[in-house]
Amino acid sequence: MAELMYWQGILRAHDEEMARDPLVFAMGEDIGVAGGTYKATSGLFAKYGEQRVIDTPISENSYTGIGVGAAMVGARPIVEIMSVNFAWLAMDQLMNNAAKIHYMSGGRIRCPFVMRVPGGTAHQLGAQHSARMEKVFMGISGLRVVTPATPRDAYGLLKSAVRSDDPVVIIEHESMYNLKGEVPDEEFFTPLEGVEIMRPGKDVSIFAYNISVHWALDAAKKLASEYGIDAEVIDLRALKPLDRAGIAASVCKTHHAIIVEEDEAPVGVGSEVMAIINEECFFDLDAAPVRVHALDIPIPYNHRLEKAAIPNAGDVIAAVRKMFGR
Amino acid sequence: MDRLQMRAMLWDMLRARAFEEAAAQGYAQGQIAGFLHLYPGEEAVAVGVLHAAEPGDYVVSTYREHVHALVRGIPAREIMAELQGKITGISKGMGGSMHLFDASRRFLGGYAIVGETFPIALGAAYAVAYRRLPEAVICFFGDGAVNQGTFHESLNMAALWKLPILFICENNHYQIGTEIHRHSAVTEVYKRACGYGIPAEKVDGMDVLAVHAAARKALERVRSGDGPQFLELETYRYRGHSMADPASYRPNVELNAYQANDPIAAAIHEAESAYPSPEAMAAAGADCISHFSDHCCQEGHLDEAEITRLRQEVQTEVDDAVRFAQQSAEPDMQDAWSIFHHNRRYEVLMETAQ
Repeated sequence: MAELMYWQGILRAHDEEMARDPLVFAMGEDIGVAGGTYKATSGLFAKYGEQRVIDTPISENSYTGIGVGAAMVGARPIVEIMSVNFAWLAMDQLMNNAAKIHYMSGGRIRCPFVMRVPGGTAHQLGAQHSARMEKVFMGISGLRVVTPATPRDAYGLLKSAVRSDDPVVIIEHESMYNLKGEVPDEEFFTPLEGVEIMRPGKDVSIFAYNISVHWALDAAKKLASEYGIDAEVIDLRALKPLDRAGIAASVCKTHHAIIVEEDEAPVGVGSEVMAIINEECFFDLDAAPVRVHALDIPIPYNHRLEKAAIPNAGDVIAAVRKMFGR
Repeated sequence: MDRLQMRAMLWDMLRARAFEEAAAQGYAQGQIAGFLHLYPGEEAVAVGVLHAAEPGDYVVSTYREHVHALVRGIPAREIMAELQGKITGISKGMGGSMHLFDASRRFLGGYAIVGETFPIALGAAYAVAYRRLPEAVICFFGDGAVNQGTFHESLNMAALWKLPILFICENNHYQIGTEIHRHSAVTEVYKRACGYGIPAEKVDGMDVLAVHAAARKALERVRSGDGPQFLELETYRYRGHSMADPASYRPNVELNAYQANDPIAAAIHEAESAYPSPEAMAAAGADCISHFSDHCCQEGHLDEAEITRLRQEVQTEVDDAVRFAQQSAEPDMQDAWSIFHHNRRYEVLMETAQ
C-alpha cells in the first residue's frame, strides 16, 4: 500500500478514469498547462492533450454549464472550480440544470456530471476565499455531495463520482492537499453514500466530515488518555444524501452526540444531523446533542482572528467535557 | 426547393399555429396552468431553421419551445399532454410547458432561466467535436437573452474552441415587456457575435424561405468545421410574453409600422385592439404563414383548396392531441419518486458503471 498525498489521490483517480474511458475529460481554470492550483491534474495535459484537459476562461457559470451539456449527451466531464467561493457564480447551472434535468426530463436525460471544488479556510486567504458552501449544495434535491477527509477517499470518491450517472459535487479542502495517507494499490471505489466509523467508541459519537474529521480524531485521542472518555469518530463523508441509519446506529449505541463542522452553525450540516438524531433517536439520548462550529462571521483576514473564527480539536474536547461534566 | 419541401414547411407552420392556439384555449379553460409562452408569429423561424437541420443535430431551446419540439418531431399528443401535466407527456408530467426534453430526437430541452441554455448547447457541441462527429448543435434564444453574462462567456468559448454550433437569435424585439431599444445598447444583435469573430448575419425572420436558406448555409459551414455561426432572425410574437401578459406595453406606432403595407390596415384600426390579433396580423400580410402560403400559390406549388385541406389536417391532429391529453391520467407521487430515483440508487449506479 502506497502512501500518497491528497492531491496525488485525486490525480490518480483522474488518470485511471481518463485512461479507461475516452469520454472522461477534465476542465477548469489553470488545470491544463499549469497543472492545477493544487497539482491535482498535473501531467494530464501532456498525457491526454488539450481536448481532454481543458484550460477554460474565467467563466464559471458557462463552463459548468458546458460540463452539464456534455454530460447530457453522454460525456463524463470532471469540472474543477478553483475555489468553492467561485462556485457561487456557477450556481444557476448547478442548481437549475445539473440537479434538475434528469427529473424535469421525466428521467429521459441523465447528467453524469462531476464538480470538484476545494473549500474551507486555509491561511489568511480572506473572506472571499475562505468560505464553505456544503450547506448550500446539500440543500439541493438532485445533487450528490461528498467530501473526502483522507487521500484514500480523495481517490475513491472521485472514482465513484465519475462512474455515477448522477451529478456529484466533491468538496475538497485547500489545507489538505498535502495531507499524507495510505491508499491501496489496487483500484477501489469509495461509496457515495454512507458514513464511515474512523474510530470506534462507546461513550460519545463525534460526527465530522472533511477537515473536521482530523480535529475529531485528535480530540478523541486526548479524551481517551486524559479524561477516560471513549469517543466514536464518524466521518459523515456523504453530505447528500446523509446516512440516517448510520448516524442513528452510532447515537443509539453511545447516547451522546457532538457534530463538528468548519462552517457557521445556521442551516448547516450540524443542524441537519441534529434533526436526524431528533427524529431517529430522541429516546436514546442521555444529553442534548451539541454542535461545534465556526463563528457566524465572514472569515477574518488577521491570522489570530482567523484561527479564532473556526473550531479546532480543543473546542471538540471542551464540548465533550462539558457534556460529561469532566 | 421543390414542391414537397414547400408543402412540408407550410404544413409545419400551420400545425404550429394551430397547436399554440389550442394551447391558449386550453389555458383559458383551465386545462393548462403555469407560465405558457406561445409562438404565433414566429413560426417561420422554427420551421425554416429546423427544416434545414439533420436528424443527428441537437436542439437546445428556451421556454417558448413547443413549436421547436413539434417541428423536431415530438408528437403533438405528447407535447399537449405535457402542457396538461399528464403522465403521457414527453416529460411524464414532471417538466411542464417550459421543460420538454426528448433524448431520442436530440431535443435537449426547454429551459426556464433566460441565458442558461448557451452553456448547455456549448457542452453538447463540445461533446460532438470531441468525438469528431459530423453533427451540429442549434441553440435558440431570444433578444432578451443576449444581455446575460453567459451569452458573452459562451460566444467567447464557442469561437475560441471552434465548436459546431449555430446560434439562432429569435429577435422578436421584446424582452418580456421591454422593447429592444430600452434593453440593449446595440440593438443589432448579430453585431455582438461579430465582436467574438463569429460569422453572423441578420435575416428576415418572417420569411421562411430566407430563414431556411440562411440556416442551411450556416449549418453547412458548421459541419465543414468552420466553427460557430450566428443568425439574427427578426420576427414578432403576436401574443404577450406569456398568457399572463396582455402585452399592453406595445405602442400603436409599432402596430402602424406593421400595418404600413397592409391594404386593409384601416380595418385593423377600427378594431382598436391593444395589440394585433392573429387575424389582423394575417390580414396585414406581415404574417409569415399568409406570406408563405401566398408565395406557394403564386409559384403554383399549392392552391387554395390544398391549403384548406392542410388547415383541416392540422386541426384534426391538434384536436386529437387535446383529446389525448384530456383523456390521459395524471402522474401520482409514486411516479415522481420513481423518476427522481431512476438510476439513482447507489448499488444500481455502481453496477451499471462497473
